[in-house]
Amino acid sequence: MQTKDINEQIKWAQINNDVLRSLENPRMAYWVAVGICVAMIACAVIGVGYVYTTGQGTLDLYWPDMWGTWIGTFIFWIGMSHSGTLLSAILHIVHADWRKPIYRFAEAMTTFSLMTAGLFPIIHLGRMWNLYWVIPYASDRGIWPNFRSPLVWDAFAIFTYLTSSALFLYIGMVPDLAICRDNARGWRKKLYTVLSLGWAGTDRQWRNFRKTYLLMACFLIPLAVSVHSIVSSDFAMSIMPGWHVTTFPPYFVAGALYSGCAAIITLFIILRYFFRFEEYMTIPILEKTCKLTFVIAMAWTYLNAIEFATVWYGPDQVDKELLINKFTGPYSPYFWAMLFFGSVMPFTLAFEKLRRHIPTMFVVSLFLNVGMWLERWMIVSPTLSLSYEPFAWKVVWPSIVQWAVVFGSFGWFGLLFLVFVKVFPSVSMYEVKEMVYHRRRAVVDDNAKALHRRSSDPQPAAEMPGA
Amino acid sequence: MSKHRIMGLFSDFEQAFAAIAEIRAHQIPGVSVDDVTLKSPIEHPEIEEVLGERSSHVPKFTLMGATFGITFGFLFLASAQATFLVQPQGGKAVVPFPSNFVLTYEMLILFGVLFTLVSFLISARMLRRRDTLYSEMVSLDQVGVLLEVDEKNAQALKSLFQRHKVVDIREEVVR
Repeated sequence: MQTKDINEQIKWAQINNDVLRSLENPRMAYWVAVGICVAMIACAVIGVGYVYTTGQGTLDLYWPDMWGTWIGTFIFWIGMSHSGTLLSAILHIVHADWRKPIYRFAEAMTTFSLMTAGLFPIIHLGRMWNLYWVIPYASDRGIWPNFRSPLVWDAFAIFTYLTSSALFLYIGMVPDLAICRDNARGWRKKLYTVLSLGWAGTDRQWRNFRKTYLLMACFLIPLAVSVHSIVSSDFAMSIMPGWHVTTFPPYFVAGALYSGCAAIITLFIILRYFFRFEEYMTIPILEKTCKLTFVIAMAWTYLNAIEFATVWYGPDQVDKELLINKFTGPYSPYFWAMLFFGSVMPFTLAFEKLRRHIPTMFVVSLFLNVGMWLERWMIVSPTLSLSYEPFAWKVVWPSIVQWAVVFGSFGWFGLLFLVFVKVFPSVSMYEVKEMVYHRRRAVVDDNAKALHRRSSDPQPAAEMPGA
Repeated sequence: MSKHRIMGLFSDFEQAFAAIAEIRAHQIPGVSVDDVTLKSPIEHPEIEEVLGERSSHVPKFTLMGATFGITFGFLFLASAQATFLVQPQGGKAVVPFPSNFVLTYEMLILFGVLFTLVSFLISARMLRRRDTLYSEMVSLDQVGVLLEVDEKNAQALKSLFQRHKVVDIREEVVR
């Protein structure tokens, strides 16, 4: 049974070999996963192609719930992006070294989640070839952005987050790209030579690298919090029932961290199997990630309870009716499923035996994210469908084409991620070397102390005979 | 007199640091620890105790970037909003501070990050051709100590490296 985050006896050369091998020699399951992702993307492409050749009516987008599914999925992907960079940055600042073998793929997850999320506002326009209409430039159409709108804040925040998190991922990878450069041949050598920016491992480079990485981490923490707070403002700044809630920003941030942590567990298990990373993605690190997820799940549950209580004891009757409708109305099966997956299922993470059982954790992490997708859908659709005017109530279910696009987005994310981990090292070699180095020194120090106590050197006074 | 660039490759930090300690003790005339360049697969946590305090200018650029972001962000928005005066504002402020604060905050972070990145490229002397003494072993598991010395001191430096169990010595004449 693995009890250590990492085996400190592992040689630095072996770390290089194991990680570099992952770039060339994955298990067969990797290629099966690539095939599944391509098939999922094909579903979305066929769906969208059908819409554009047949007509927008085939999307079944009816008033009042015009775009609930797509915007719900957009929030889901934005949320998914949070854990990677945010946790990487926070754990880096607090010197939690167990993050080192897993932060690289978590940061990649952030970047690709954002790229997937960015598709949905474009898709939901309907005629996406007219996207340039929303870009503010001087023209006779006189279209100007309304800077008071949270939607404009959203565009600024997501662009900043995508740029910053992609740069954070890239800068953190530079020393590893130099290792790849020194060991690669052919097109890979050319690629890594360009991307490693001439890294030579000098003390000047390391010194400036550390400062840069730390400063970027410091920027990314408030940025990540602000991005999802701003996404929550898309809803909270309106006066719609169920949306005009003060706790929405922390609720969104907690939900984002929750789904991101669950996705980290899923991807951890997948990469561990695909690339034979048992030495690096160890069970104790999985356990720590599970504990963190459990804590965040409880925070999310608490914020849910606060929201329900505030509405229940509050003065807004329409808000209250909407809440009752969520519990008992047409959306109730999904609402209860959300509560079960989001608040009850995380208790499996509280048991050590289950946390150490990889198949169980894989299934649980998938269900947690199903719960998180339902959460976003339950934020958007019920409010749109069951708003102020009962005559306008209409429960709209996503059409098959909408499902195809949602399904395809998972394939798109999966394919980007799988290509990334095949081209770039998904475990940070230099950080794992540092981790091993520190652990080895700690063991040596402990042994030295133990030896000292057994030797004939002067002993502490309390242990002297007769003291 | 020609100058020699000499790099000793050591199997671990302890031996490399012992060699640097001897250089610090002025064992070789005209060679100071300030001239030492250390190449390593990781950054040693106590590197400053060995090489001495060496500064980094990255935080200054970060501050400049953040300040530029605040200034540019707000002025960009305010000037855009002032241009929209032709449009009806409905009695609302032409330059609304609450919403501009959110956007200025994002610009602060964006330019802070971008300036930090640029300063890293400049301060760390990236985007340069690697020198001819670069060893791939440095990215694997060895530690390199690089110095430029006069021809007359080259042999003394090599002997110093050898006293500390150097694995390999690489040398080039620069002028």
